[in-house]
Amino acid sequence: MPDKEKYAKLQEVIEKHKGERGAVMPCLQEAMNIFGYVPQDVQEMIADGLGTTLSEVYGVSTFYSQFSLKPKGKHVIGVCLGTACYVKGSQKILDTLCEELKIQPGDTTDDGLFTLNATRCLGACGLAPVMMIGEDVFGRLTPDQVPGILDKFRA
Amino acid sequence: MENLVKLTIDGVSVEVPAGTTVLEAAKKAGINIPTLCYLKDINQIGACRMCIVDTGARAFGAACVLPVTEGMNVKTNTPKIREARRVNLELLLSNHDKKCLDCVRNQKCELQQMCQDLGVDDVDKYKGKMNSYDIDDLSPSIVRNNNKCILCRRCVAACVNTQAVGVIGPMGRGFKTKIGSAWEQPLNDVACINCGQCIAACPTGALYEKDSTKAVWDLLNDETKHVVVQPAPAVRVALGEEFGLPMGTSVTGKLAAALRRLGFEKVFDTDWGADLTIMEEGTEFINRVKNGGVLPMITSCSPGWIKFCETYYPDFIPNLSTCKSPHEMEGAMIKSYWAEKAGIDPKDIRVVSVMPCTAKKFEAKRPELSHNGMQDVDEVITTRELARMIKEAGIDFANLPDEDFDPMLGESTGAAVIFGATGGVMEAALRTVYEIMTESKIEPEEVEDNDIFTTVKEAARRTVKEIVNKTKLFMAFHDVRGLKGVKEATIRINDTDVNVAVAHGTANAAKLLDSIRSGEKTYHFIEVMACPGGCVTGGGQPIVSAQKRMECDPKALRAAALYLEDAGKPERKSHENASIMNLYKDYLGEPNGHLAHELLHTHYVERPKYKK
Repeated sequence: MPDKEKYAKLQEVIEKHKGERGAVMPCLQEAMNIFGYVPQDVQEMIADGLGTTLSEVYGVSTFYSQFSLKPKGKHVIGVCLGTACYVKGSQKILDTLCEELKIQPGDTTDDGLFTLNATRCLGACGLAPVMMIGEDVFGRLTPDQVPGILDKFRA
Repeated sequence: MENLVKLTIDGVSVEVPAGTTVLEAAKKAGINIPTLCYLKDINQIGACRMCIVDTGARAFGAACVLPVTEGMNVKTNTPKIREARRVNLELLLSNHDKKCLDCVRNQKCELQQMCQDLGVDDVDKYKGKMNSYDIDDLSPSIVRNNNKCILCRRCVAACVNTQAVGVIGPMGRGFKTKIGSAWEQPLNDVACINCGQCIAACPTGALYEKDSTKAVWDLLNDETKHVVVQPAPAVRVALGEEFGLPMGTSVTGKLAAALRRLGFEKVFDTDWGADLTIMEEGTEFINRVKNGGVLPMITSCSPGWIKFCETYYPDFIPNLSTCKSPHEMEGAMIKSYWAEKAGIDPKDIRVVSVMPCTAKKFEAKRPELSHNGMQDVDEVITTRELARMIKEAGIDFANLPDEDFDPMLGESTGAAVIFGATGGVMEAALRTVYEIMTESKIEPEEVEDNDIFTTVKEAARRTVKEIVNKTKLFMAFHDVRGLKGVKEATIRINDTDVNVAVAHGTANAAKLLDSIRSGEKTYHFIEVMACPGGCVTGGGQPIVSAQKRMECDPKALRAAALYLEDAGKPERKSHENASIMNLYKDYLGEPNGHLAHELLHTHYVERPKYKK
């Protein structure tokens, strides 16, 4: 969707919720759907449109983990740090990913290809340690497998 | 008839109106329930859990948000309550830097007081991870040190609700929660109006003014400079509180004496500048009325209000009086008129203003408030900073003799001194505008008892003073006095009804401007002061604790001291100030004349709400 349409769509959402109590939450949720994240100009639009302050909108957007302030990469990597995976060495998997991608958990690579997240239990403890890239699950991982897996997504 | 509710608190029976909180009811029963996040009329959110009480319910309730009910039996002082409060406090301390000795709020800190009151005997009881924050000191007015913040949100409530600015708020979650501006921007990069009401609301040392005392000491130490000083009207009715004098005490004479002892070459008075402001602003108003200029004209003395208007209501910029604020006018006159008379090169003069205000620090740096490349005012210190300097100099303030301000730019009328209270600028302007336009005289008028008179009596009682000028306390146009958020009056001048309005606190100003935008209201003349109560309760004034604010209202008591001072003045109208008349005759020519325009008037700029 071109940017212009995205902002027009957000404007519609704001108009719909204007005057409602607690309108910031649904507007931010819709904005996440439209933009994939909620950058400053989007939050300013919500604040001005709803007649509230930017600090109020920002406060809500940083309180709930469902909102992201930064654009997400094309591929979102989730490394499980649940108990079973952690015991099986998933921290080392995460550390390797950080080294390979040169980013910290929560960040996105400069080329916009990968976002790296540390997650809670992914429900695949039998395959520990586990990570997900998009919808694909990778289990029984060792650190030396990581570069090869990443390369597949770079192609 | 009010619906009364009967309850028992710690065995004491009290009767209070329905809707009263347990905290307020307890106060009536002579019980001080400890609070940290509560601030009367500003913040009631039950967040800090200091005020918990036992009502027999399953869990302890927060007294500040707990309404009384009939037959309620409240216990505020049981071993369990005392222990729970102390643990809550110790947990707050576990993420507080506890550096009290060099803290600007040392001995005036509610958190520190609470530790003493609640018998905390180990401030490090809960050791663990602590947050560490950089100090934000980029604003010319306000410093935020979140290492001392206890997340009470009093500053947020003041910024959002009282001032309708809302550039600060809580962000993040859990242990990482902090108070600041969106996107971690420093206060200087967001649309803060510098009013400092956040500082006045803060229970700890997390917010304070940007220090200028060191710069002023350096100036006083510089033998090549002629350093002169001018204190604002509101300073004289609050400074005494920093030295243990009761609220509502006027210390004008001691203030002049203390400034002289600090080493200022001349001790002038912003009250003189206030009289000058009335001459310029009154004339501007008369001209706007006569010549079909933009109305309503809105006063321009309050720099917090000016920045609010420039940022949030830029369509009202043409309505703003072009007059500089009183201390800027005085600064401009010191560096021109006085310099010429004293035979001093203005380049060698430094003007220091003592202000009840943190926004004045920002204002003094505005490039348009200068002449020949020199700022009209060089340094601004708050009332609190002056108190610190007096203490540092070892001056026994409470026992100083009364002295006068220096002549030429130090004489003033009663109209000037009331500038410090909401409605004061309007009342002063009307006294002059009315007399000039109608060519008649207004006189003091006796009134039946009213709120103002009651507070004046209360101020007198507290300061053990007799009201000697009782019959002179009120003049015409006193309708604009008092603490109502928006005040209105209609004055018949010749054949025209002049509608005036007064707003204090920028949230009230916003309401007033909205009613004009919508066409609901039409006014000719409006006074706005950014701070609730006006300058007497400005962001640079002595801090009044939450407990004390439950007992008395600094807005009313300090204003009462100003009205008493007005009543005691031989001249009470700015156009009767002989020194000001002399200035026009001798130097400026006519009010709003060419030279006056060059030196005493300014312009405004539209400011963006968001930094791009």
